[in-house]
Amino acid sequence: MVITAEGLSKTYRVADKQPGFVGTLQHFLRRRTRDVSAVQDVSFAIAPGEMVGFLGANGAGKTTTLKMLCGLIHPSAGRVSVAGHQPQRRHPDFLRRITLVMGQKQQLLWDLPPLDSLRVNAAVYGIPDGVASRRIRELADLLELGAELTRPVRKLSLGQRMKAELLAALLHEPQVLFLDEPTLGLDVNAQSRVRQFLADYNRRTGATVLLTSHYMADITALCPRVLLIHQGQLFHDGPLNRLVSRLAPERLVRLELEQPVPAEAFAGLGQLDSLETCAVNLRVAPDQLTTVVAQLLDRFDVRDLEISDPPVDQLIGALFHQGRL
Amino acid sequence: MRVFGLNGRIIRALLGSQYATMLEYRAEIALWALSGLLPFIMLSLWSGSAARADLGLDGAALDRYFLSAFLVRQFSVVWVVYAFEEDALLGRLSPYLLQPLHPLWRYVAAHLGEQLTRLPFAVAIAAAFFVIQPQAFWIPSIGDVLLAWAATWMAFAIAFLLQSLIAALCFWSEKASALERLLFIPFLFLSGLLAPLTAFPPATRHAVQWTPFPYLIDFPARLLAGESVNLAAGFGAQLAWVLLLLPVVLWLWRAGVRRYSAMGA
Repeated sequence: MVITAEGLSKTYRVADKQPGFVGTLQHFLRRRTRDVSAVQDVSFAIAPGEMVGFLGANGAGKTTTLKMLCGLIHPSAGRVSVAGHQPQRRHPDFLRRITLVMGQKQQLLWDLPPLDSLRVNAAVYGIPDGVASRRIRELADLLELGAELTRPVRKLSLGQRMKAELLAALLHEPQVLFLDEPTLGLDVNAQSRVRQFLADYNRRTGATVLLTSHYMADITALCPRVLLIHQGQLFHDGPLNRLVSRLAPERLVRLELEQPVPAEAFAGLGQLDSLETCAVNLRVAPDQLTTVVAQLLDRFDVRDLEISDPPVDQLIGALFHQGRL
Repeated sequence: MRVFGLNGRIIRALLGSQYATMLEYRAEIALWALSGLLPFIMLSLWSGSAARADLGLDGAALDRYFLSAFLVRQFSVVWVVYAFEEDALLGRLSPYLLQPLHPLWRYVAAHLGEQLTRLPFAVAIAAAFFVIQPQAFWIPSIGDVLLAWAATWMAFAIAFLLQSLIAALCFWSEKASALERLLFIPFLFLSGLLAPLTAFPPATRHAVQWTPFPYLIDFPARLLAGESVNLAAGFGAQLAWVLLLLPVVLWLWRAGVRRYSAMGA
């Protein structure tokens, strides 16, 4: 396993201040703090070459976990190993094997073209000039970057900057990629290009990728396996479709009828989600699916019938929104 | 092979990129250079003062001392605490901590890049000073220039380490730069920027020798101005301060990184 986390926990001590002038005075005279448990007893293992999606609402503990895995934060408890190293020691050999890309945070020098930052990175990681030039060419081709590499970073669009950041983060060909919202703020086309690039990079180099994203399309396109973290605890570790059946055990049956039918007619045929003239949406338990479909076809004049899983982004979106786990 | 995590290629790449960055801010750096005119203001005050005789610097020697103080200050200005504090608060420090290079080297390179950008402005201000005060014109000996250059570098190293020590406190307090402002007051009075150390009573002068401040301006400025100084005592004290501060900074940094929670990242 290239990444192993066992009983990983992180507790932060944060200041607790009441609003207003009185609160400010109290805070000044007697500072109160409280412990916030950001990650609790999280365990998982990731094999080399895997692409794993890391899901969770804001504040669920995703970024804290990523930072512990790459050595930016020391765990309060538990054990973690990445590429054979204890990340918190930040051994140079470990640092050469990993990279962390954090959405809007940048490592590129703002006033200079990306090529200048890449030259510094090549020197810092000890990549020979010839190798660095070849990698820059290859990665720039994959990322569709050209003239942008010689334009000051501040003059680049968000999408171009993000792609240049990715190039800088991958120049040393890390074995393990920690990507925190790598498509945040990008338009649909740019998101799709970054996704395609990550898939190509994983195929080409066999790198392990742990990816957080609020865009379910990133996860569904790239990650056969997902980890779902909620309130600091690991809720799911496995294939995305198993997560979907766990979150929403029913299947979605969409019917188009020849003529309108009253709602009462669907009693005992699953849960009626919506009924608009001839369009009907039902939720049906998987073990009753064949029986219900047979009854529907028997009882009504059906013009069209479609069975599907509920859309994963809606499911998880609702889950985060309602906080129901 | 790397020494302290550096090799020739890293040094060239860091200095090149930081110099290019600083050139983008040349107008701002020119204003910074101008804002360092305090020694010239002090010169005009001392020149008209009856206490001038107590300074032990006659005629053009006082002009040369303050011009040298100006030049030494130009090449030993340190702002690492402000840059570091901003980087820590905005989360820019995180990518640097994940690279196999101590982040402090980036700040050293940024300072050296800024000094190089500052050089022509400092030379222009010095030339203007000679036009206004032609009696102060002198060409220091090569030996004095080399010694003063070495002493200025050591002064920069001490100032950088002192501020890095305060910067490392950002790991504990997000506004550690307030401490730097506290340090600025003794620096202003005891470094020789406002007055040569000979202006102080002997007891004070003796006590001040045990602080790092006289070695930041007074000692290198006197060297450049051609005044007689105790070379062994001056360089010895500078080296002692560097050797004292360096392990403390490195230790505090390591302890701070352990505590680091990537604020704002």
